[in-house]
Amino acid sequence: MIDYLTSRDFLLMLLKMFIVFGGLLGAFAYLSLVERRVMAFVQMRPGPNRVGPFGLLQPIADGLKFLFKEQVHPTDANKWLYLAAPLISIIPALLSFAVIPFGPALQVTDLNVALLVVFAVGSLSVYGIVLGGWASNSKYPLIASMRSSAQMISYELSLTLSVVGVLMLANTLSLVHIVQGQEGTWLGFIPRWNIFLQPVGFIVYMIAATAETNRLPFDLAESEQELVSGWHTEYSGMKFGMYMLAEYGNLTASVCIATILFFGGWNGPSFGPDWLRMILPTIWFVMKISVFIFIYVLARSTVPRIRYDQLMRFGWKYMLPVALANILITSLLVALS
Amino acid sequence: MIPLNWFLILSAVLFLIGVLGFFIKRNIIALLLSVEIMLNAVNLTFVAFSSRIHQISGQIFVFFVLVVAAAEAAVGLALIIAMFRNRETLNVDRSNLLKW
Amino acid sequence: MIQALFVLFAALAVGAAINVVVQKHVLYSALSLIVLLVAMSGLFILLEADFLAVINIIVYAGAIMVLFVFVIMLLNLPEDEDGTDRLRWLKFVGIPMGLFLLFMVLATLWQTGADNAATTQMPGTPQAIGQALFTDYLLPFEVTSLLILIALMGAVVFAKREL
Repeated sequence: MIDYLTSRDFLLMLLKMFIVFGGLLGAFAYLSLVERRVMAFVQMRPGPNRVGPFGLLQPIADGLKFLFKEQVHPTDANKWLYLAAPLISIIPALLSFAVIPFGPALQVTDLNVALLVVFAVGSLSVYGIVLGGWASNSKYPLIASMRSSAQMISYELSLTLSVVGVLMLANTLSLVHIVQGQEGTWLGFIPRWNIFLQPVGFIVYMIAATAETNRLPFDLAESEQELVSGWHTEYSGMKFGMYMLAEYGNLTASVCIATILFFGGWNGPSFGPDWLRMILPTIWFVMKISVFIFIYVLARSTVPRIRYDQLMRFGWKYMLPVALANILITSLLVALS
Repeated sequence: MIPLNWFLILSAVLFLIGVLGFFIKRNIIALLLSVEIMLNAVNLTFVAFSSRIHQISGQIFVFFVLVVAAAEAAVGLALIIAMFRNRETLNVDRSNLLKW
Repeated sequence: MIQALFVLFAALAVGAAINVVVQKHVLYSALSLIVLLVAMSGLFILLEADFLAVINIIVYAGAIMVLFVFVIMLLNLPEDEDGTDRLRWLKFVGIPMGLFLLFMVLATLWQTGADNAATTQMPGTPQAIGQALFTDYLLPFEVTSLLILIALMGAVVFAKREL
């Protein structure tokens, strides 16, 4: 076993893991700055621009603040669960990046059930919220965590069903093969993306992913006007920082999966000298993710919040039948062709 | 490679822990959890044999065990909620109204 | 290497199972069961059943155990009472008998021979499972969907306040 642990493959994988996860944690912190600036511009105010040029050092200042804050524990809070809940929240958010390909050979690992792994760790992230709310021993977090977990497990169904159409077209669960199946173009200029074949699936996926990651318009569980701060009311310091990182991590993971499944992943026109060709797929991928993150942040700044009963009714009575009808029609068309 | 009987022994130990939990615990939800441990031990046996004799039916049967466990957990928990509303306790020793 | 992984997952599974039985507060038992399910998925992956491992996490640990944790939190149970029930001596008979049963089972299993458990000739890919599930086992598949429908209706009826 020792010779495996010191072999070149293992060390290369460790290096990839460190690069991916270290870079990702930095990216999540800067995503908070992006969100605050875009929201501010929509609301016609400048946003954080004091700390560093254009506010670029703001996430670092926020991180230092979280590290140095006093950690207040509520009395009678369940000590182990209170400490473990942010960990349970951030581990799935990071784990789903282990199978996401950023480029032609740039993933930490490639499984032949990669897409299901992303959904599996997504369904484990419910526990971070449930336990965090319950362990705080306080009424607002409890209500918020119950609502949020009911919402998350309801929309998880529509999320998983909405990608079955893509799976039928691609015939594989491996994310690398799904991206490779979207290479090339029709008629020379329309890229062979799954969005043109599965528009309904894409819309259902985006709405369900918004509900899964507790973003507006589905963030009733952490609404500031009603529930102080939802399930992370009683958390302070780095534990709250971990919840924030976990939220941005879930957002980025669902956006990455949306581009991989529906928008061709890292496919894009390839031109230029050799060194440019090598990094161009990753640049296309990052550009596509940025567009979707921008759309998410815009949705947060413009759309009003949905009430809880409207949310549950929408999830069960409208989204689930639409996702099932999508599967039915797609399977009919695939079988006929 | 891992010998087959390691998996079978592990499965037997887990099954036994589930059986002991079922005998010892008095909380109804803990009894349900012990039943789930037993079902998981059986799943492990199915998959171990399925990979040994190269037939996929073991894994298919694990699917059905999973489905039955889900259905049983749902109905069992609904019954527990109804019981709790009537009796205010989940101790099985208190549910002895039919005894002489 | 694989044997070290097996020992790790097996120790995790046995430890989690013992924790389920030993804990007084039922919420900790449910959380230990989730750890057991994760260890089970690891063992399934060692047996080349990767689709089943992920399905175990999604269905069992991600849905059924959420149901358990919900009910435990909503009922807000206190810890197990240490009350005086008449059958307490049964514990001291049950455990030795259980260990005897384990000894008998292990004595039989120890002699099954050290054949290899997993080879790469039949991986549990989604394609293989899908083919078997929808051709040979189509009838049980449809019947289980009916079973789930009945369980759904039954759970709603039982848990309602007024019918």
